[in-house]
Amino acid sequence: MLDYFIGHYNYWMVIIIMMAGFYTVISRGNLIKKIAGLNIFQVSVFLLYVSIGTIEGGAAPIIEESVKLYSNPLPHVLILTAIVVGVSTTALGLALVVRIKEAYGTIEEDEIHNQDHSL
Amino acid sequence: MIETHLSLLIVVIPLLAAPVIAVLPNGRLPWFISTLVVWIVFVLSCWQLINIQGGDIISYELGGWAPPWGIEYRIDAANALVALIVAGIAAISLPYALQSVIKEIPLKQHSLFYAALMLCFTGLLGITQTGDIFNLFVFLEISSLSSYTLISMGKQRQSLTAAYQYLIMGTIGATFFLIGVGLLYAMTGTLNMADLAQRLPDLYNHQTIHTAFAFIMVGIALKLALFPLHLWLPNAYTYAPSIVTIFLAATATKVAVYVMLRVFFSVFDYSFIQASPTDELFLLLCVMGILFMSFFAIYQTDAKRLLAYSSVAQIGYMMVGLALGSMLSVTGTLVHLFNHALMKGALFMAVGAIVYRIGSSRIEHFAGLGKQMPWTFAAIVMGGLSLIGVPGTAGFISKWYLVLAAIEKQYWFLVIVILLGSLLAVIYVWKMVEVLYFKPQGDVSIQTVKEAPLSLLIPTWILVIANVYFGFNTELTVGTAQQAVALLLSGAVK
Repeated sequence: MLDYFIGHYNYWMVIIIMMAGFYTVISRGNLIKKIAGLNIFQVSVFLLYVSIGTIEGGAAPIIEESVKLYSNPLPHVLILTAIVVGVSTTALGLALVVRIKEAYGTIEEDEIHNQDHSL
Repeated sequence: MIETHLSLLIVVIPLLAAPVIAVLPNGRLPWFISTLVVWIVFVLSCWQLINIQGGDIISYELGGWAPPWGIEYRIDAANALVALIVAGIAAISLPYALQSVIKEIPLKQHSLFYAALMLCFTGLLGITQTGDIFNLFVFLEISSLSSYTLISMGKQRQSLTAAYQYLIMGTIGATFFLIGVGLLYAMTGTLNMADLAQRLPDLYNHQTIHTAFAFIMVGIALKLALFPLHLWLPNAYTYAPSIVTIFLAATATKVAVYVMLRVFFSVFDYSFIQASPTDELFLLLCVMGILFMSFFAIYQTDAKRLLAYSSVAQIGYMMVGLALGSMLSVTGTLVHLFNHALMKGALFMAVGAIVYRIGSSRIEHFAGLGKQMPWTFAAIVMGGLSLIGVPGTAGFISKWYLVLAAIEKQYWFLVIVILLGSLLAVIYVWKMVEVLYFKPQGDVSIQTVKEAPLSLLIPTWILVIANVYFGFNTELTVGTAQQAVALLLSGAVK
């Protein structure tokens, strides 16, 4: 039983980080905190992909005579793409927050809502 | 030479055009280049559709890497039809963009605006062309990120909050999709959709596959604004610049429905969907979506918001077809995909023309405008008739197929819901028509309003005429859809 928990340590962490991020996105009224939550949420998925690709004792996938066991590089490459997507999403989100602050003078959801019932 | 690389060129040409347009000086040049690119892509996508007639499948290996290791573009009738919708709507709406953009967007942002539009176009086309599920995620994000930017360019400050809201929900959706893809990869070791379809049936009992499926479904449902995950859509459509609303309403949600179709029938198969409670759940959500959203549409005071709620209801119709999963119903979905792009394109263009003249999309400000702008008014009436599904318009054809499919399965309540949805559409279309034509002109300023300029009217009327044309000649729509469905349901894609 304990082996099961420790053996899947990465995956437990993925779930905890995912839920923490997701909860932040939903519960916080501050627009920057929402973006931060979104970021944490995405990071958990990166961790999931990296965990999938790793093999215990596996080496980096470079052909070498002495090495027999390789980790799968594909999930890592995929997640590089996803990280780029995540970075651009965060940048765009923060840029929008700056514009919202200029237009409304606040970045609190309820105050924006009071001003013109959007959001 | 062009023919061998056809499928790739459709994606690459707008992708390369985007940075070029971004560095061009502001003015008419960015518009001109974008229009040129869009028309080239339109011709190429027609060519592609002709090539796959007769049930052929085009398989293109990117960079010469053989699938399933390399990325494969795999084109059958379903892809080609959706790509044609995207390219066709763009080709018609870009001439409309010139005047509309000059009016609604500050001059110093023009070249960046068109660059973002091209990126969005690239993303949507990429989704339709690719046969690799991770590549699909990347294109999904390209189109989403650029559409957040496009929406935030609206005149009112609410466009910023609408874009922000869409960004949060869209990113959650995309990340859910990514989790699902990761789990599928962990189980099968492949990302190629055709390869996945071969490997998945052996694993259908495995819990991870069910989890992956659930994540992917919720992710796409957020993107296609399936009730009750539609909350981002009304604000985004209302506050975005007119041309962006036209483009996104007619293409973005359609492409998301196409992704759902692929996942339903090409990656998984319908027996898996039936074994899970997915089809019943979707039917329930669609029925609720059609009824509630049509009711909501009736109570809107803003024409763009009214049409946005109607869009969510129409997405319900498309998903009904998917959930039923029969030959007739999926044909209905594909045909409705095409027809709804035509009718919502026409309606949003006509409303955009009014906004161009009076600067407001609130229905109360439309009083008596029908007499000042007879052609625009007539376009709204015709688009509205198609939306309702009056015989002789495109809308009738697709609803006819959906009703037939429901009768075939003996889901009588569904027949009633589809017809009730049309009745509610009569009410909300009438609401606009009444104010436009029968209300006396309230303001003196309204009496000086002239008919919209020709560059707005001609694209609008091309779509209106297309609505009537495809109501009579169903060879292209139903013919291609039937080919696509035959491939999808027979499992020939595998």
